[in-house]
Amino acid sequence: MRQVFASPVFVAVLALAAGGIARASLRAVPALALLAALVTLPLLVLALARLARRDTLAARLASPALFGALLLWLWEMLVLGLHIPFVLLPPPSAIAAAFATHLGTLATDFRQTYLHAVIAGYALGCGAGFAVALAVDRSPFLRRGLLPLGNLASVMPIVGVAPIMVMWFGFDWPSKAAVVVVMTFFPMLVNTTAGLAAAGVMERDLMHCYAAGYWPTLFKLRLPASMPFVFTALKLNSTLALIGAVVAEFFGTPILGMGFRISTEAARMNMDIVWATITVAALAGSLSFGAIALIERAATFWHPAFRR
Amino acid sequence: MGESAVLASDTAPAPSAPVVVEARGLGVAFEADGQRVSALTSVDLAIRRGDFVSLIGPSGCGKTTLLRAIADLQAPSGGTLTVNGMTPAEARGARAYGYVFQAPALYPWRSVARNVMLPLEIMGMGRSERARRAEHYLRLVGLGDFARKFPWQLSGGMQQRVSIARALCFEPTLLLMDEPFGALDEITRDGLNLHLHELWRRTGMTVVFVTHSIPEAVFLSTRIVVMSARPGRIIDVIESPLGAVRDLGIRESGEFLAVAHRVRAGLRAGHSYD
Repeated sequence: MRQVFASPVFVAVLALAAGGIARASLRAVPALALLAALVTLPLLVLALARLARRDTLAARLASPALFGALLLWLWEMLVLGLHIPFVLLPPPSAIAAAFATHLGTLATDFRQTYLHAVIAGYALGCGAGFAVALAVDRSPFLRRGLLPLGNLASVMPIVGVAPIMVMWFGFDWPSKAAVVVVMTFFPMLVNTTAGLAAAGVMERDLMHCYAAGYWPTLFKLRLPASMPFVFTALKLNSTLALIGAVVAEFFGTPILGMGFRISTEAARMNMDIVWATITVAALAGSLSFGAIALIERAATFWHPAFRR
Repeated sequence: MGESAVLASDTAPAPSAPVVVEARGLGVAFEADGQRVSALTSVDLAIRRGDFVSLIGPSGCGKTTLLRAIADLQAPSGGTLTVNGMTPAEARGARAYGYVFQAPALYPWRSVARNVMLPLEIMGMGRSERARRAEHYLRLVGLGDFARKFPWQLSGGMQQRVSIARALCFEPTLLLMDEPFGALDEITRDGLNLHLHELWRRTGMTVVFVTHSIPEAVFLSTRIVVMSARPGRIIDVIESPLGAVRDLGIRESGEFLAVAHRVRAGLRAGHSYD
């Protein structure tokens, strides 16, 4: 019996039950809700503290999940309990309801913004940045001329070119993809160029000893050595691409897309739909970042950061 | 050259053996802050096939520079230098030598076996022959069971042995080694010295070996080239009287100590210029 009480799972289930009671009785019996809330908080903290002491995969996944649940629950209780206006901050339950009701719209917006603009722009921008980095590395005049400009451009707020891209490529997703191309190109150029210079002097001398030409040296030494830098740019760009595509839609778009949805529904005070769209963007961004991080781990398993 | 140039040696190659490396009046200079710094001046040296030549001297004496000039990693600024009768650049193009650096310089994304195969891949050797050579030379340096490991899973001494297998696997007749054991502890170093000696005796290849260590130079060499700094130059060339078959025990013998004494005297004389 003592063991059951000590288990973080048991404590977490108790806490969630108490939290559910608090939420359910908030309108009808405020006193009960307050009492249940006062039980929920210490129980959740206790469950988190017990989880923190375990080092299993389940515990490492459960900790952030439980912490996230705690934050959502606090948000829900405070917004409803303090009667915060819906326009300022809708409760998570309303956002979830909007998510379920507008699933079709959200899916169409996601296809327009993410599957078209983000993926096409990301692939083109990263690919072009990588290819130009190889050319810059090969020719000294490009290195002298283009690279300083690349460094300058990679710190500029490029999303400002969105209206120009709409003029050039029209209202539909190609203009958004163009913004993403411009945003992701320079970080990839700068990082790959640095990566190609990352191989050590001794490792290069070794290739020289074997009378290895440009291409064997590139494929067997310099490209593998540059991979950690390339993946840094790929991860950075996955975030930049999403921001670029969403913000670019604020400057003119057909009547769909995540950026369009956020700006029009905000103007109509439908904050629950705005929040639901932001949730989709957050999920898409985290999942793509996570996927690239997993590929990075497999591709640069030899890097000191990942060695086992 | 002094009195011990007459010491008999049964390990040194016969004077008729072909010359592998020949330097005449060789000089190397660097440009540093607009100033010309001489790293090596008027070096005359002939290394014959089967020689084990050590270059020993204080830091800045140009011993590594001389090795790098032979390998065409450093351009001479004066005199002549030939390797197998060719210019160093031609010899490098013909893959005339294997080079072992101060550090293992293994590629961490390649397994141990694939590191050894690297020069073979660049030289366009077939897959099955590459695998056969890698297995053979890894076994030769005592690492047959580590082929599938990655370099960073091995100790420093084992990594350096992998780099020696990599230098040997394309079977060059000339092996250039730049303080290969400098970063290793004394016991590991002794073991590797013995190993290298056996390897040299069995293969009959020519070795040029840069070192800081007097016992290491005397133990391994048929000839010891003593160098001095500012400017880098050769101050003595000692023919070793030690026999072809050596074990670590000979380091206590009178002959060994006599050679070591002469190396030390040469190094001290070189230092008196400061």
